[in-house]
Amino acid sequence: MAAEMEPPPLGNAGETDFRELEDGEDLFVSTVTTLEYPEPSSPEPASLPAEDISINSNGPKQKDVSFDDDPEDLFAEATEEVSLDSPEREPILSDGPSPAITPVTPTTMLTPRMDLGARCRIEEDNNGDTFDIHIAVSDPEKVGDGMNAYMGYKVTTKTSMTIFNKNETTVRRRFSDFLGLHSKLASKYLHIGYIVPPAPEKSIVGMTKVKVGKEDLSSAEFVEKRRSALERYLMRTVKHPVLLKDPDVIMFLESSELPRAVSTQALSGAGILRMVNKAADAVNKMTIKMNESDAWFEEKHQQFENLDLQLRKLHASVESLVCHRKELSVNTASFAKSAAMLGNSEDHTALSRALSQLAEVEEKIDRLHQDQAYADFYLFSELLGDYVRLITAVKSVFDQRMKTWSKWQDTQLLLQKKRESEAKLQFANKPDKLQQAKDEIKELEGKVEQGEKDFELISKTIRKEVSRFEKERVKDFKAVIIKYLESLVQTQQQLIKYWEAFLPEAKAIA
Amino acid sequence: MNLILNPTLDEAPPLRTHRGIVTSHDFLTTPPAAAMMQEGLDDGPDFLSEEDRGPRAVNVDLQTDATLQVDISDALSERDKVKFTVHTKSTLPNFKQNEFSVVRQHEEFIWLHDSFVENEEYAGYIIPPAPPRPDFDASREKLQKLGEGEGSMTKEEFTKMKQELEAEYLAIFKKTVAMHEVFLCRVAAHPVLRKDLNFHVFLEYNQDLSVRGKNKREKMEDFFKNVVKSADGVLVAGVKDVDDFFEHEKTFLLEYHNRVKDASAKSDRMIRSHKSAADDINRIASTLYTLGTQDSTDVCKFFLKVSELFEKTRKIEARVAADEDLKLADLLKYYLRESQAAKDLLYRRGRALVDYENANKALDKARAKNKDVLQAETSQQVCCQKFEKISESAKQELIDFKTRRVAAFRKNLVELAELELKHAKGNLQLLQSCLGVLKGDT
Repeated sequence: MAAEMEPPPLGNAGETDFRELEDGEDLFVSTVTTLEYPEPSSPEPASLPAEDISINSNGPKQKDVSFDDDPEDLFAEATEEVSLDSPEREPILSDGPSPAITPVTPTTMLTPRMDLGARCRIEEDNNGDTFDIHIAVSDPEKVGDGMNAYMGYKVTTKTSMTIFNKNETTVRRRFSDFLGLHSKLASKYLHIGYIVPPAPEKSIVGMTKVKVGKEDLSSAEFVEKRRSALERYLMRTVKHPVLLKDPDVIMFLESSELPRAVSTQALSGAGILRMVNKAADAVNKMTIKMNESDAWFEEKHQQFENLDLQLRKLHASVESLVCHRKELSVNTASFAKSAAMLGNSEDHTALSRALSQLAEVEEKIDRLHQDQAYADFYLFSELLGDYVRLITAVKSVFDQRMKTWSKWQDTQLLLQKKRESEAKLQFANKPDKLQQAKDEIKELEGKVEQGEKDFELISKTIRKEVSRFEKERVKDFKAVIIKYLESLVQTQQQLIKYWEAFLPEAKAIA
Repeated sequence: MNLILNPTLDEAPPLRTHRGIVTSHDFLTTPPAAAMMQEGLDDGPDFLSEEDRGPRAVNVDLQTDATLQVDISDALSERDKVKFTVHTKSTLPNFKQNEFSVVRQHEEFIWLHDSFVENEEYAGYIIPPAPPRPDFDASREKLQKLGEGEGSMTKEEFTKMKQELEAEYLAIFKKTVAMHEVFLCRVAAHPVLRKDLNFHVFLEYNQDLSVRGKNKREKMEDFFKNVVKSADGVLVAGVKDVDDFFEHEKTFLLEYHNRVKDASAKSDRMIRSHKSAADDINRIASTLYTLGTQDSTDVCKFFLKVSELFEKTRKIEARVAADEDLKLADLLKYYLRESQAAKDLLYRRGRALVDYENANKALDKARAKNKDVLQAETSQQVCCQKFEKISESAKQELIDFKTRRVAAFRKNLVELAELELKHAKGNLQLLQSCLGVLKGDT
């Protein structure tokens, strides 16, 4: 059923959706062969706002389910490029839950669907790049001077997707623009259960160094770290099928001028409001006691807690490794110099030469250690850091669900109270007040219904999001681990080369 | 040889490890004649667990023969001292038996060394440097910290770390045994020193030598003596030597000594970083294992496999650090001490030269005044003889020193390179096989 894509107005529909999803999970093990597009008869949902989207079921249940999972399956091959095969699904998704999106997009979706459908059929075995987008962040340049200076980054988007105006766009953005994008996306999607990738963290110390103009190694490293983090952030954001279609995202990637996101500054009015909200949220979390009817959520919540703990631990260990490897590199370099000096003062010629050779070998090894530390960091450590932050986002989505539930319950309680007071008023025989009470009750009944629907919706969305997240996580980790091991292999191969070159020199000492 | 470790710590339980140790003959190179000593154990079997290796610090290249063989056959580590069992095999008539053993402590080695230094007769020889004091403080501290932190880590982590520290302790222990043994072997190999009476007493007298460590007053005396000596050394060094050979040696040794010191310190630091990195990999492996067991998705296999891989590579990395320590750091440390001993020899010769020149001047003065001429003459003769005797033996000693040094460096550098290659290849193989499995899985 295409139903799982749309916000189900009814409770039971939701349940069936869950079951479908679970089946889908099993199907997903092998590459998709039953990749078919549902007939393009569902543009209407896209143009309808919020809840009352008609459910259309195209094609057999299985195919649609596999559809849902296919986008992720295609991910298996892609590293940077995202291959999604069901673009026309997206408007259904995006427009449904977020009323903010104007209904304009659906029409543009109609045409691509046809083409992509064709392409998809042809390329299904290649997990084809029917839907690719590649974002690069590069060329950090300091703009301005003094404390008002900032780093500008070039954002290049290469894509064949038609939601974008051009195949290749280049814009310049600054860090606060990224933060602004994130805050907009968070305000739109977080409360309905979408896992919005967190933006890279602010760093006052790092930026101040750059602003002051310190042209040293640590500030260059800081800029590189930030650049890489921004690139990863954007790629993660566009990999999300819903977020990709968001006009804010598209505007961010395409428009040459962007209104300055002042509200991201820490000390602005909005910033302080954010802090207050965060505190309030923390308090609320403690007071809300939700009776969890769904064991799945309980289990997942626990799982994420455990994962969080372990990832943080691992991150700390990897950071320590990076630090020690850098130290090793420095110490090896200084030893190399010392060995060279020793070789110089040694008066036995062959030994002197051998010692100089040793010094050279150690110098090369020190550079090797440095490269390895670099790889440790950028491959392994940063990935872990990203995921620690992502899991925080996941946890906050779970919290949103709790909030939605709590709101629903509160409205229910309020309704009950109103009903009681209405009953009292009936006996008191005050017709105008009675009417008012009746109106209020009607309104509240509507709200309760809405609250329940919201809760169901967010639960369903979260389930989908979590499954998508898990798939992404598996893919990411697998890819990174393999890359990292390959870097280790390279290091060892180089080591062998260096020592093999040295050995005859050592043997030659007469 | 049995090695009994028994460091009784205050809180931690006493360590008792019985291991067979590779015999000390390992670290003497085989002179062609005495093949019986070396059983081709260069890459020999590790009697000990995978982690440990026999003391193979070949820092000296000695020609030993059957007339006098000395080794340390056993060692016992107690709370604050180490007891070495010195075993001698000899065909020399001076000894009552052909084979015997005594138990000695570190202070007695120092006593022997000092007796050589103070003996005027040996002024013309490079006195083999005294072995460094056995120092288990760092290791003990770590063991204690581990004991305190037992609650904060999992059972497996705790056992792993305990094994690590025990292995480290064992390694330090073996090193100190090796150092003491090298000292004795050098003395035994030296044509003159081996005949020393104190040495024979040291080897044979099976009672306690009652050598107490220096008390405070004596230590202060030593300190002042050293100050005076170094001041004098500067003066003496300033005297230009007529002999080119010695002049060259003087400048060479001074520079060499300083550079060896520097290289030794830097190599120590490098090896320590290496060990820290290996420890980190250990922790990463543990966390990956936990992640793997917790994870319900596909990636758990990855985590478990990589955790296993890192466990193995970490062991190899630790071995690399240990080997670098043995072959490089120890070599440099030893030659730091030997070059100091050679410098001391040159100082003694320089002193004798100054004395000789002073005696000459005194003689001239006496002849001029025609007073106490005979006395001045005899004293001048004595100085002359002393100086010439020292010069002659010193020359040979310094040449021998160079030969020994070159041979030792050669052996160690070759072995270092070979071991590094072996470990890198092992590492590579592990990594590649794991990659193969992981790539096949996806």
